[in-house]
Amino acid sequence: MTAYIIRRLLIAIIILFIVTLIVFFSIRLLPGDPLVIFLGQQATQGGVSTAELDRLREEYGLNDPIMVQYGNWIWGILHGDLGKSIYYHEDVGILMGERFPITLHLGLLAFIINIVIGVLMGLAAAIRRGTWIDAVTTTLANVGICIPVFWLAILMIYFFGLQLGWLPIYGYTSPFKDFWLNTQQVIMPVFCMAITMMATTARLARSSMLEVTRQDYIRTAWSKGLRERSVIMRHALKNGLIPVITLLGIGLGMVFAGSVLVETIFAIPGIGRLLVTSIFAQDYVVIQSGTLVIAMIIILSNLLVDISYGWLDPRIRFG
Amino acid sequence: MTGKNTIAEEFQEAPPRVSEWRRFWRVFLQRRIVIFGMVVLLILVIIAIFANFLAPYDPYRGEMEDSLQQPNSTYWLGTDIQGRDTLSRLIFGTRTALMVGFVTVGIAAVIGVTLGLIAGYFGGIPSMIIMRIMDALMGFPMLILAMLFAAVLGGGIQNVIIALSIATLPAYARVMNGLTLSIRENDYIMAEQAMGSSNIRIMLGHILPNAIPPTIVLITLQLGGIIMAEAALSFLGIGIKPPGAAWGAMVNDGYRYLSQNPVLSFAPGIAIMLVVFAFNMVGDGLRDALDPRLRGIL
Repeated sequence: MTAYIIRRLLIAIIILFIVTLIVFFSIRLLPGDPLVIFLGQQATQGGVSTAELDRLREEYGLNDPIMVQYGNWIWGILHGDLGKSIYYHEDVGILMGERFPITLHLGLLAFIINIVIGVLMGLAAAIRRGTWIDAVTTTLANVGICIPVFWLAILMIYFFGLQLGWLPIYGYTSPFKDFWLNTQQVIMPVFCMAITMMATTARLARSSMLEVTRQDYIRTAWSKGLRERSVIMRHALKNGLIPVITLLGIGLGMVFAGSVLVETIFAIPGIGRLLVTSIFAQDYVVIQSGTLVIAMIIILSNLLVDISYGWLDPRIRFG
Repeated sequence: MTGKNTIAEEFQEAPPRVSEWRRFWRVFLQRRIVIFGMVVLLILVIIAIFANFLAPYDPYRGEMEDSLQQPNSTYWLGTDIQGRDTLSRLIFGTRTALMVGFVTVGIAAVIGVTLGLIAGYFGGIPSMIIMRIMDALMGFPMLILAMLFAAVLGGGIQNVIIALSIATLPAYARVMNGLTLSIRENDYIMAEQAMGSSNIRIMLGHILPNAIPPTIVLITLQLGGIIMAEAALSFLGIGIKPPGAAWGAMVNDGYRYLSQNPVLSFAPGIAIMLVVFAFNMVGDGLRDALDPRLRGIL
């Protein structure tokens, strides 16, 4: 097991290194000087002198050779310094630190809903295969995967916000400040974030449970005369849900991708919205460090998934 | 292929011969939902090709006095703020969506399959380099990676295609790598090597043909995701640039006039759903018909 973990860890470090290269050099492909693009927008309003531009370029280290810039960036990240935003004039670490709990809050809720409802749906469909329960849940899951998140958000805003007036259509208040308002505000965003995940989980749980219930040991359990509940709960579920763990990694990616859309629509100040704002502001420092942090989180959680997979299923560890 | 068949016939009793094509069609058309998906796709392809003839109005120019009309007998789905006919823009949006989808999977599949083939066949250092880069690309959520590249390249249909191709090619490389590794173990590959066939010949003539069915399934299943991602990018305003007709952008345009004319946002969303649903269903059907073992893998 230790050898397996060390091997996985080494691979993860190599992947992370390649991720930094991708992020850094794709941003540097930006035609033109990122600072000039950004200041160009300001110049039309106030005007920035060449001397000022040179000073800023020096400040952001854009005069250094590109490898030195890369080295400085990595060095900073290893020391917890993600750089300073051009647009917000603030440390990216602080910007992300403020927004991360909000995305985490929404993502965690979406995730819980996803696991509970998704797994239950998949389970019900698999156990009652071929009945109306299976037909309904499978159809729901197939449709759920196809719903564009941003469109569902707008649909919900229209019906629950504008027509019925039940829920606020945008904003985010800290749950510690006003818990009730916060709950009302997060219902729609959380549901939108969860929908694709939920459908995916349901489909995966169904097919993997069907796979398991065909195994010999399940037939043995039945022929021993065990009750359905104990066959399902004690024998089938344990193996049937192993593939669902993979979704923990995939789901995290979905949370971030969903947060980009959902937070933009509901005007929630989270990581996703920060990224979109920075793209429009051409704030390369935030884009660069923001995408890196997201990729880092996903790669590390995939590492944990891999390790727990190896722990749960020895065939993988020694494979 | 023919050589392999004759050997098989010599050594074992041949089962009653059913044409592969007939078997494929029987399984493929077994489920009604797959037929539905197929029909929807055919209709959409026809709409995309003949958009110029089918669209009742110019999708890019509207009459300002007809701004924000509700659906009526002249404008079946109403008009947007610039007085452009929603139905016509929807029809031209079909062309955009399908074009982005097909061109992107084309590029991503060719590059991804080639990389996966090289990595799987040669193993060692080439495999190490290629597959770790693919792993790194897969570390990003697809939408965020596409956003990164679209932002760097600057939007527009061409750049959206490039961004989505980069974001989706690791899937092909990974699947192809796995397939190559398993196909390479077959005796006929060893026989080819013993006969002195070149690596290129073995890769293109023997491994690639065997890997085509799963690749076709993957392509079909990816198409829905790509169209969805293009819509999301265009919705955010980093995808297809106005006045181009893109469903995602239409949803966003309509969002501002949601209380006046909700159809503007609702209609393109339904179109997106329909396309993605159709591709997913056809993909599922193809998977069952071409290779049921792929269930749960693809």
